[in-house]
Amino acid sequence: MSNMILLGTRKGTVIFDRSNSAWNPRPIEHAGIPVCYAARDPRNGILWASLDHGHWGPKLSRSRDDGTTWEDVLSLKYPEGARYIVKYLPTPDFDPEAPEGKPEYKDATVFKIWNLAFGTAGQPGRLYAGTIPGGLFVSDDGGDSWALSRPLWNHESRGGDLFAGEATSKNQWGGTPASIDYGVFEPGIHSIVIDPRDPLHMHVAVSSAGVLETTDGGQTWTGRNRGMLNDYMPNPESEWGHDPHFVTGCPGQPEHLWQQNHCGVFYSSDGALKWNKVSMPDAGVHFGFPIAVDAQDGRTAWVVPARADMARMAIGGGLFVARTMDGGQSWQSFRNGLPQENAYDIVLRHSLDVSGDSLCFGSTTGNVYLSEDRGETWQCLGNNFPPVYSVRFG
Amino acid sequence: MPTVEITPHLYRFFPVLANRTISVPAGSVADVLRAVDALAPGFSDYVLDERGALRRHVNLSLNDTIVIDRETLSDRVPEDATLYIFQALSGG
Repeated sequence: MSNMILLGTRKGTVIFDRSNSAWNPRPIEHAGIPVCYAARDPRNGILWASLDHGHWGPKLSRSRDDGTTWEDVLSLKYPEGARYIVKYLPTPDFDPEAPEGKPEYKDATVFKIWNLAFGTAGQPGRLYAGTIPGGLFVSDDGGDSWALSRPLWNHESRGGDLFAGEATSKNQWGGTPASIDYGVFEPGIHSIVIDPRDPLHMHVAVSSAGVLETTDGGQTWTGRNRGMLNDYMPNPESEWGHDPHFVTGCPGQPEHLWQQNHCGVFYSSDGALKWNKVSMPDAGVHFGFPIAVDAQDGRTAWVVPARADMARMAIGGGLFVARTMDGGQSWQSFRNGLPQENAYDIVLRHSLDVSGDSLCFGSTTGNVYLSEDRGETWQCLGNNFPPVYSVRFG
Repeated sequence: MPTVEITPHLYRFFPVLANRTISVPAGSVADVLRAVDALAPGFSDYVLDERGALRRHVNLSLNDTIVIDRETLSDRVPEDATLYIFQALSGG
């Protein structure tokens, strides 16, 4: 059972400790600084926070003493020569039939370090970071130094190897609205799923492109979007242009992957070779951001549904969590302990987590809820936190 | 030697820069920032991106003139100048 919960919030990192079956928050760390992701490395207990300074740029912060002191990690940077093809938000006079002009290139800089993932026990120094503008970074020395995953950056779906020169293929990756705060409309990697059986095997998810898989430690990447349905595109079954909000996998059954997408909830029982839409709109299970899967049973998952998609708030003014135990064939909603009137919360993509029988989520309204019975009943851990960007058990 | 005035917000991250007069050799803005970074390692990461360009929400001014070259920081900082480093206000 986990004894720690970390919140990344608009105003810093909040750490809860479990003591005598009560969860107590510490005074906020990184006070006043937006923290878009915070997590504890289960291999060594090191705490990480991704800081999203409004003025001073994105930075990692690391604590080797359980949160007593923190140090900047400034080494995650795009290498010289890393470029991308600039995307722009469509203007009102955008004509999809118009011929595309020559691509416009821009030198890459980190706008946001959107999430972190920790390698397997057999790779003690390995960490991953996903960024806007769409780069996956890898560290093999515990985060002291980072390298861009060039095969993914140079993927043909992004225009090919722009280190070498001009684009050799079309850029199929779209921007994420999460990048607009930085004055750009570029993609972002927000989900990194490592196969515990085989560290060379990973999936990443990109807004707005889709899911990609590597089976050779990142040397080659293949799009894994078959079965996805993209309601807002002329061709809903297009290979690219999907908008996964979050993708996660079952550690005990890594071929079971789950995806909360802009266009519904999707499940794969074959390692994303084929996705199946398992939304149940009549039960409210369709739109949302986060998704969590049981550590042992790949057919059991939880979502926090929301009202799609121009509204992005709780459905009908009441919060609920939905759980499936049969791979999405049926969903059960749980409301006990959650507000059922005047609730307008939205729970963002990294703001739901599971650890054993415990689940926790936090909303941008600053409400944090915990369940210790697999999501069936909930208790409130506080209503006045800053907007919550991430929730992770430590 | 030119002096450098830094927004007190950055003292939180670089207390070594607080409560002192920062004087560094004249040169380009890039040279001056390198000199400040030598006093407070990591400082330049807060004001510049990995291309060495000024971050979007940071402003520099030479006396009361905003620095023109935000990309390569080539503006000259004369001997008697003060370089101010401060946040670009970008909202209420």
